[in-house]
Amino acid sequence: MADPTSLVRTATQVRRDIIRMVAQAKSGHPGGSLGCADFLTALYLGVMERKPGFHMDGRDEDVFFLSNGHISPLWYSILARCGYFPLSELGTFRQINSRLQGHPATHEGLPGIRVASGSLGQGLSVAIGAALAKKLNGDPHLVYCLTGDGELQEGQIWEAAMFAAHHRVDNLLVTVDWNGQQIDGANEDVISLGDLPAKWRAFGWEVLSMDGHDMPQILDTLGDARRRCGQGKPVVILMKTEMGKGVDFMEGSHKWHGVAPNAEQTASALAQLEETLGDY
Amino acid sequence: METASLKTDLFDRLEVMGKKATRDGFGAGLLEAGTRHADVVALCADLTGSLKMDDFQARFPDRFFQVGIAEANMMGIAAGLATSGKIPYTGTFANFSTGRVYDQIRQSIAYSHKNVKICASHAGLTLGEDGATHQILEDIGMMKMLPGMTVINPCDYNQTRAATMAIADHSGPVYLRFGRPNWPVFIPEDQPFRIGKALPLRYGSDVTVLATGHLVWLAVEAARALAAEGISCDLINIHTIKPLDEEAIIGSVRRTGCVVTCEEHNRIGGLGDSVAQCLARHWPCPQEYVAVDDRFGESGKPEELLEKYGLTTPAIMAAVRKAVARRTKS
Repeated sequence: MADPTSLVRTATQVRRDIIRMVAQAKSGHPGGSLGCADFLTALYLGVMERKPGFHMDGRDEDVFFLSNGHISPLWYSILARCGYFPLSELGTFRQINSRLQGHPATHEGLPGIRVASGSLGQGLSVAIGAALAKKLNGDPHLVYCLTGDGELQEGQIWEAAMFAAHHRVDNLLVTVDWNGQQIDGANEDVISLGDLPAKWRAFGWEVLSMDGHDMPQILDTLGDARRRCGQGKPVVILMKTEMGKGVDFMEGSHKWHGVAPNAEQTASALAQLEETLGDY
Repeated sequence: METASLKTDLFDRLEVMGKKATRDGFGAGLLEAGTRHADVVALCADLTGSLKMDDFQARFPDRFFQVGIAEANMMGIAAGLATSGKIPYTGTFANFSTGRVYDQIRQSIAYSHKNVKICASHAGLTLGEDGATHQILEDIGMMKMLPGMTVINPCDYNQTRAATMAIADHSGPVYLRFGRPNWPVFIPEDQPFRIGKALPLRYGSDVTVLATGHLVWLAVEAARALAAEGISCDLINIHTIKPLDEEAIIGSVRRTGCVVTCEEHNRIGGLGDSVAQCLARHWPCPQEYVAVDDRFGESGKPEELLEKYGLTTPAIMAAVRKAVARRTKS
């Protein structure tokens, strides 16, 4: 079992990375990235069974797909901190000739990424395909997928949800970042998601929930979810998070979905986030 | 004009060996591709019978995925299967294989370099009675604009079967377009299929005729009729629209000085436009299009639609005469 205290320290450094990357690029999506930092840190450094190096086919290891690709600064920080590519490369985020595109892509050969995402609603289908391939290959490892909540307004998500239940894709573990916010405001005001747990259950999924900022609870829930895999149903965790978590003036507001902090705001944000592992 | 020195070519061997649908060639080719490659998998969006995927499904039930009426999801799942080294073939109508799922193909397949084979039946007017909602005439254009996408439109049962097998050995995304109706089978069964390599059918000197898909047979008929009028057609089957075999096209046009392109597609964005772009850069010359003139189709029998929209043997002959006349004038 991974040490929650150590994971929290790593997540704090990851949040620093996110702020510094977005500030340097003067563009990017800090809100959702900060909100999912605890989860993705726990997943990569505490839960997933990964092989050394990067192998596109993901055979004999757990694989992860990010469907809400705009939280790329978070994923890039995690991948670099896991050793997939040099930390120094984080400084190239969103700049010309970089492998760290605004939204994740395989086009420039960045290790750790298997498919492009950013146009929302597609990642769950891709994850299902990877899960089917694992079954064909007799590979007992799991496929993880993270989606946003606003993204659930895309019809393709529900096509995929229906397919996964029908075909008993039970080696798939999906997490929904349920922060309740999207670009134009609260989900509730834009297009209500309704009774989300009931919707997933009605589609035939095993539904769990967790607080996405409580590290021990994240680890417990992921462990519970893993044990529920292989029993004929796909598993979804509805994860309550706060957009902008960790930076007081960004917390809980959709206004920081896709806006970079200025110099003063950046200094204020970094003052709230301890440098635990050394900046890139 | 026709001379005795013409080399004997495939043209002399071309004869109709009955009629079969190109989609049947796809079904046969898919079964063989699946037999040869353990990594070939197939997905279908509730059109297994129409796509002739039943034999593959029966032989390889574990490698066949019924997706239901959910084409966007099908493209994403195919991309995911490809990440692990599988070779997914998706099957649905051409309309639902392209326009309906353009962004899924663009992001998850083309931009992500995924080895997915997008197999599209019922393309063009010859879909017939179902009408314009299903008769896509823009699909070649959409697919060829995607960087890295290979676009293939075979002309008969045998060529579709061969192409379906050939794309399994090609690494990268492919759009394979074929059709619904029974159509003359005339390409020899043993004719090798090489992606991106045009198939010369007849050596001629007056005009280059470039044809793809169902219109190849009509172009063969036109070339034979025109020979009787004393017009010698250099006829080339462009089964691969992207990458375009520019060398074959320029080589021919340098001799003939004019060109006619024939396709069951909108005049905008299809084979003709690819050829025009090639000629503009390398060998400008008069070009005539036999294609649908920027219109939607409608309900009707395939032959009635081809007649109404100008995709016939006489239409090809008229276009040839016009191209030759324009070259002579200029």
